[in-house]
Amino acid sequence: MSEIISDEQTKTNHLEKSVRKFEKYFSIFLPFLTVLGAFLVSALLIFIVGESPFEAIKALVNGAFGTLYDAAFSLNRSTPLILAGLGIAIGIKGGIFNLGGEGQIAIGGLFTTIVGIYFQMLPPYILIPLCLLAGFLGGGLLGMIAGYLNAKLNINTIISTLMLNYIGFAIVSLMVKGPLQEPPGIYIQSPKVGASAILPILIPGTRLHFGFIIALIMAVIIYIVLYRTPFGYELRIIGKNEKAAKYAGINITRTKVLGFLISGGLCGLAGGVEIIGYQYRLREAFLPNYGFDAIAVALLGQLNSFGIILSGVLFGGLRAGASAMQRAIHLPQSLASVVQAIIILFVAGSSALSYLPKYFAKRSVKNDTE
Amino acid sequence: MILNEILSVFTSEYFFVVIRMATPIILAAIAETFLERSGIINLGCEGMMMFGAFFGALGSWLTGNPYLGLLLAIISGLVAGGFFGFMTISLKGNQIVVGMAFIVLGYSLTSFLYRMILGIQLHPVKVAGIQAFDIPLLSQIPIIGRVFFQQNPLVYFTYFVIIAAWVIMYRTSIGLKISAIGENPKAADSMGINVIRWRYICTIATGALFAIAGACLSLTQLSLFADNMTGGRGFFALAAVILGRWNPIGATAGALLFGAGDAFQMRLQAYGIPIPSDVLLAMPYVLTLLAVIFFRNRSSYPPSALTQPFEREVNKSHGK
Repeated sequence: MSEIISDEQTKTNHLEKSVRKFEKYFSIFLPFLTVLGAFLVSALLIFIVGESPFEAIKALVNGAFGTLYDAAFSLNRSTPLILAGLGIAIGIKGGIFNLGGEGQIAIGGLFTTIVGIYFQMLPPYILIPLCLLAGFLGGGLLGMIAGYLNAKLNINTIISTLMLNYIGFAIVSLMVKGPLQEPPGIYIQSPKVGASAILPILIPGTRLHFGFIIALIMAVIIYIVLYRTPFGYELRIIGKNEKAAKYAGINITRTKVLGFLISGGLCGLAGGVEIIGYQYRLREAFLPNYGFDAIAVALLGQLNSFGIILSGVLFGGLRAGASAMQRAIHLPQSLASVVQAIIILFVAGSSALSYLPKYFAKRSVKNDTE
Repeated sequence: MILNEILSVFTSEYFFVVIRMATPIILAAIAETFLERSGIINLGCEGMMMFGAFFGALGSWLTGNPYLGLLLAIISGLVAGGFFGFMTISLKGNQIVVGMAFIVLGYSLTSFLYRMILGIQLHPVKVAGIQAFDIPLLSQIPIIGRVFFQQNPLVYFTYFVIIAAWVIMYRTSIGLKISAIGENPKAADSMGINVIRWRYICTIATGALFAIAGACLSLTQLSLFADNMTGGRGFFALAAVILGRWNPIGATAGALLFGAGDAFQMRLQAYGIPIPSDVLLAMPYVLTLLAVIFFRNRSSYPPSALTQPFEREVNKSHGK
């Protein structure tokens, strides 16, 4: 009897190993399936409202990657998405669902603008890092408030991060209508940041700026922090199993608050890079909905640095292409957001697909033993 | 002097506005309470309210009858709720992520359809709204009559929902079943409660309530549809659930608090009190955060199985 069981067990173990291998490849393949499915559903929607899906997709792709200028602009749009997406991802890895990206981006932009305006006598090699640091700290502070409230007072982070978004917006509004407003006070915006704060353009004649390189560097740094440092290890354990982390003696409060600082900080950096790389001055809602889109970027990228770069470029292309599409065939720009929402739905639903390999494996084991 | 002006805000007219402003938040908060009790969090209630607001306005615009608009809103809510259930219960998608998608979908799809159906408009298109209706006799009571009984029919419907929610939750077996599947779905299942079916009933029914909450905005408060018109009210509802400690009456109280904050800032703005409008607009959000901090309670926890998908265990003896 025991022999049979052990025989079965080795068989199951062997199968589990191959399933795990298959799952690994399957999980790489899954995002592409997800995007394809989302585009099919979106095409159906365009068809239902009486437009040609082929024309729409053609206009979208053309607008996003048709010329060098367009492609560079798509990368420009993807820069804040990649940075904020990395922030969301490191949060989720640590069991933190940061819904406060919107507000953190706004405050990050505010801090960078303040440094960029008031310290413009400094040379670029000092001022630019200072601006970036300010953006990181701005977003990080807002994130830390939520982290601290959660760790010390057990306040639900969903509520605190969502509410802090609106508080962040209000602070930016107040600043650009008050102390930071460009004289003589006609437009609701700040003056331009100093010339020495502005990030260099990578390809002359396009809008692709050095911020994209910063985003790529941050992707590598985040990977190293998560997988090559004790802090990253502790954060990942908390994300997997908070109780186990407690028993292992990990300081959960400290690690979580730090996690929020980095998660919010990267979102703030996204706002800061946008200011000194592309917009040069602070306005209200200067990156609308990017904080929420970043969650989609992080999830579609499977919380993996390389995946986030890819999905960031995809979403950046969608953003850039949508405005071109609106000009070309009069489909409203909000279609791009609809496509994004459908992608998120597919990402959420695809977890069901990832059960498939296990499901088939279980069945085959059952059939073998019966 | 400013203090006098601020105090002069609190008239019966003010409390009338509080009730009206709180109505959609109360409806959404009660719906969310039931849903979370059953073990499902719908972060996307903001998006579902957007659907209700849009389809309510659309139905009213197409037929000229706001009640047909309300009907269309309810249908959209049932469909959205069913779809949310399919994603989270059957496909076992992460509830927070699906909710996120519904937030984005609610904002973008309504904006998209609005432009596709009504074309690009300079000014929002006015639609027929649901008119206020004085309840005979009751509306004649001084002060209370004005505050509670000269409202629109959706407010009266909300009174009914508050009472019904309390009765269902605490005086019927349905409430017990819902709480059981939210606390311990496996035990509930072994007692013969169909967890999947009850969770579906909850998502679909609350979808309709979210939609009615949204229709309150487009059919009674403004009589028009505008992009992003829910403005975070769905998030207030989520906060109200926590403030109310997963009790429908508590959620109502929480929602009233936000309604009071919202009406207060509107009043102050209308009076031209020298406080920047951004500070006033941010007030309800600050108030929410402070309320959640102030009324926190370490002894009140969300339902144990919240956000966990239910998987029925296969009978193990069968395989061998």
